[in-house]
Amino acid sequence: MEINLWINGKEFKDDVLPDTVLIDFIRSKGFYSVKRGCETSNCGLCTVLMDGKPILSCSTLALRGNGHDITTIEGIEEEALEFGGFMADQGAEQCGFCSPGFIMTVIAMKNELTNPSEEEIKNYLNGNLCRCTGYMGQLRAIKKYLEKGSK
Amino acid sequence: MFTIDNYVMAENLEEAYSLNQNRRNVILGGTMWLRLGRKKIGKAIDLSSLGLNNIEEDDEKFTIGCMCTLRNIETNKSLNKYFNGIIAKSVNNIVGVQLRNGATIGGTLFSRFGFSDVLTALLSLDTYVNLYKGGIVPLSDFVNMPLDNDILINVIIKKDSRRASYLTHRKSSSDLPVLACAVSNYDGEWNVVLGARPMKAKLINIKKNYNLTKDDVVEEMLEIIKQNIGFGSNYRGSGKYRQILAEVLVRRNIDEIISGGNHGN
Amino acid sequence: MKVVNKGIRKKDAMSLVTGKPVYTDDITQGSYLVVKLLRSPHAHALIEDIDIEKAKNLQGIECILTYKDVPQVRFTTAGQSYPEPSPYDRLILDKRIRCVGDPVAIVAGIDEKTVNKALDRIKVKYNVLEPILDFTKAKDNKIIVHPEDNFKALDSIGADNKRNLCASECTEYGNVEEDFNKCAHVIERTYHTKANNQTMMETFRTATNIDAYGRLNIISSTQVPFHVRRIVANALQIPKSKVRVIKPRIGGGFGAKQSVVSEIFPSVVTIKTGKPAKLIYSRKESFTNGSPRHESEITVKIGADENGIIKVISMHTLWNAGAYGDHGPTTVGLAGHKAMTIYKSMKSFKFDYEVIYSNTMGAGAYRGYGATQGFFALESAVNELAAELNMDPTVLRMNSMLSGEHVGETMPSYFNEVLNSCNLDKCLIRAKEMIDWDRKYPFIDIGNNKVRSVGCAVAMQGSGISDVDVGAVEIRLNDDGFYTLMIGATDMGTGCDTILAQMAAEALDCDFDNVVVHGVDTDLSPYDTGSYASSTTYITGMAVVKACESLRSKIINEGARLIGCLPNEVDFDGEKIYSLNNEKQISLKDIGNESFLGFNNYLTASASQSSPVSPPPFMAGLVELEIDKLTGKIDIIDYVAVVDCGTVINPNLARVQTEGGIVQGIGMALYEDIIFDENGRMVNDSFLQYKIPARNDVGTIRVEFEPSYEPTGPFGAKSIGEIVINTPSPAIANAVYNATKVNIRKLPITSEKIVMGILDIENK
Repeated sequence: MEINLWINGKEFKDDVLPDTVLIDFIRSKGFYSVKRGCETSNCGLCTVLMDGKPILSCSTLALRGNGHDITTIEGIEEEALEFGGFMADQGAEQCGFCSPGFIMTVIAMKNELTNPSEEEIKNYLNGNLCRCTGYMGQLRAIKKYLEKGSK
Repeated sequence: MFTIDNYVMAENLEEAYSLNQNRRNVILGGTMWLRLGRKKIGKAIDLSSLGLNNIEEDDEKFTIGCMCTLRNIETNKSLNKYFNGIIAKSVNNIVGVQLRNGATIGGTLFSRFGFSDVLTALLSLDTYVNLYKGGIVPLSDFVNMPLDNDILINVIIKKDSRRASYLTHRKSSSDLPVLACAVSNYDGEWNVVLGARPMKAKLINIKKNYNLTKDDVVEEMLEIIKQNIGFGSNYRGSGKYRQILAEVLVRRNIDEIISGGNHGN
Repeated sequence: MKVVNKGIRKKDAMSLVTGKPVYTDDITQGSYLVVKLLRSPHAHALIEDIDIEKAKNLQGIECILTYKDVPQVRFTTAGQSYPEPSPYDRLILDKRIRCVGDPVAIVAGIDEKTVNKALDRIKVKYNVLEPILDFTKAKDNKIIVHPEDNFKALDSIGADNKRNLCASECTEYGNVEEDFNKCAHVIERTYHTKANNQTMMETFRTATNIDAYGRLNIISSTQVPFHVRRIVANALQIPKSKVRVIKPRIGGGFGAKQSVVSEIFPSVVTIKTGKPAKLIYSRKESFTNGSPRHESEITVKIGADENGIIKVISMHTLWNAGAYGDHGPTTVGLAGHKAMTIYKSMKSFKFDYEVIYSNTMGAGAYRGYGATQGFFALESAVNELAAELNMDPTVLRMNSMLSGEHVGETMPSYFNEVLNSCNLDKCLIRAKEMIDWDRKYPFIDIGNNKVRSVGCAVAMQGSGISDVDVGAVEIRLNDDGFYTLMIGATDMGTGCDTILAQMAAEALDCDFDNVVVHGVDTDLSPYDTGSYASSTTYITGMAVVKACESLRSKIINEGARLIGCLPNEVDFDGEKIYSLNNEKQISLKDIGNESFLGFNNYLTASASQSSPVSPPPFMAGLVELEIDKLTGKIDIIDYVAVVDCGTVINPNLARVQTEGGIVQGIGMALYEDIIFDENGRMVNDSFLQYKIPARNDVGTIRVEFEPSYEPTGPFGAKSIGEIVINTPSPAIANAVYNATKVNIRKLPITSEKIVMGILDIENK
């Protein structure tokens, strides 16, 4: 079926099967940052922004993206570099496989919440699993990033 | 893994309804758990273009379109001014923001999952579902109706000044509840709902004079619950443990409603 | 030190945080066949017939393989040095099914849809047999998991397949019985730990193709590329010279990828079809047929004198190998040898074990490698002993455990190795200060039926496998004076590429950025056993130091020659060779450039390292919990860890390792529990049901270091990767006891067990 959407500002017109999920469509267009970590909507690795909101691209039909704006980390390189720098300074990316989905959610949080408390940060990101870091380094990176943003 | 042969963006509810009468066809909710099964779907019916993704408010009620996401009802300020904010409270442990941006209220309620937080919370309120053929049905009736091919168009929550409280016990923060409990009090009536028993949520309505001392209310209610609500076992917890949890959560919810006590949990 | 002991960014950090395509699936796009496995729904069965006709004829299906199409020579998938101490008990595809999910057929086709369709069309007739699922009843059971005659153990590991014995051994030192009789206090308890899945975020995956030289190339998410080369060649019965293994960036491993889980299947497809093939395990497959931690049942007996000083320990250990013996005979050894060794006051010990086959999924290596199970049992028993003696468990430990005082002494339960470095006493003292133990022990009542309690545990691990692990490195000087560090050690997110480059930069007095590192390619990289057994920093690190020393002297020789001096007349400051007697000098850059011209020497050095000892790192882990005594709910408030890993090469990465290991340990302690139904099917085979800690589950974790100096390690370093998972289970169990008097001896520690335990005590 015909689909017409924007990934990182670039328009894509294509023919997709009705059961193609968004992650597979996005990866097929060369945006390999988007990762799959489970089949049950629990890990958050595949998080992309649809019209600015974080969604699970593994559980969203590609056709549901029709007419919408999709953003992956490739589309926000500047913010990724900035926040990623704070991550790197903590060693908080570790294996890095969950980083793109996590960073997309952090960016969404920054846009949605003003001066979030530690509890609000943790709640907002609770759907992003990480098996390497124990989450502490990520929290340190977020706090430094938000501190800098509020200055 | 599921398969879908055809995808139909429904132009009106009649079209959606008639397509949905074929057993191979399915109305799409948020599709968050579509991949859990091995469903072979003929036509996937999408209600996205029918304007059912709004929360409307008038003097008497909230009307929540079936395509509203759990995140919509979590962040809606006027909705959560009511009922001590239990609607937001009932969803914010569900996996993560991403999932709640996808999962719809229609899909959640129509499935009537035993473990449902939202179903448990809404049952304690004066809640109705508006079905395309079935019309407006109290949620407490709907929960016990068999799964059919009707369409849940929207959810209606009557505004009243009831006080409500919602607590769950979970093994970990993003897990399904071991037990969910909602209690509300309005005009001398208590609604006690226990969900994730692990069977479907069950509502007990107790008419009790409000000015009884707290302990009397609690003890009587616990006795009624014991007689009317059963608990089962699964690997999240035994029936016996759920019974123990039920007593604690009901007590704490009632305490919260009567004295505004805060037990966290 | 200029570069070592600095919290430098990982070399690959910025590419990871900007989502660059660096993982196996990202770099193998294009026309790869999709490979999937048809898996058995039965735990124990014989395949009577497989009908693949209807599947084979589907358009787009390239190849379907059954047991009839693969070599019938047994091997092990355990990624260990040859001869592997794990039995050769596996075939690529076997007529006999030993656990649910055992592979029955390999299907390859042009896309996922087609392959799924083919899988549905394969008809298998099974002769379903009764399974033996309970490993505690499997020894000498009439149901035999491995009745085959070509079962083979290369080493004397005490295996007897006709008795369902994968391995067994008994070690005794001193006179255990006599010492128990002398003891004023003896306790004996049985503990049970469950199988846990590593759940690295990137599931198992491998892509294969035939390269320009007609060789099989394997691009795989593995911790053990060189073992993969050997094991795949053995399994496929092809020469090792025909196999090349490339390890790109890996999305976590934690031991799971120390087994050859996914590599063989696409390899066989590529060999049969000549076409590129790729197998990506689903999360479900990674759960149901991965390589989880061995389930264990450990009976600990401890004898102590009237002052509570531990005099004798015995541990009897039952280990569930599951269907296959990967890592069974080796993990079990750590349960005793690593755990008991920490109690230096012990005069005698006995450690006996049996590793048992059953019809559950085969286990493998998981961070801690058996020591984790041993420490839960032993540390819990020590805490129970302290409770019985009415002693503070930290005080009891201070009197019995290894400390700085014991440096120079031999450790009989640790293969008579000599202790060269230890700050365990300092770790425990500091951890107590950090958590304010003396004020909080055993608990503080905070009202509303809630209490806050503290609990403790100590642990050690090793650094590499003595006399077995090998790490080789090569370092080259290039034009412009930069270095290429070639390593075979496998960075799986841990940061070993970075810390090894830090060591090289330190040894060569240069800027960290002046050392470039390459991922592993078995054609190019020097041999390394791989990243496991906490070996990389210690073993490969030492090889880096040696290679750099060697290159350094070559640079000095060459530099001296170029400026017309003798080597003993010059020095090297990292940037230039300069004469000690006159103004002559030459920059490293110029030496590099010269070395690329005729008549000069191209400068490169290599070194290989193995170690006769495996020096233990140490740590103390203390936890503060909040427990709701009515619901049993546990909240982790604070976890405090103080680690002695010798010199900390990169404090940031060591800290994150520690935090991450603790959180995995918390998962093991509180949630993670592989459960099989009565037919042997794993019930909780998804993240929906198998919960790993999310960020709201873990409270605050605080980490400090008390570095000792390990004389046999690079710059004084020991290992860090594994030890950090060992303390949460016993420390949390201890805190639960301190709050409620309930001893939970079977993991995971759930709210329900706490509440039922409290009720039991009340009803007594």
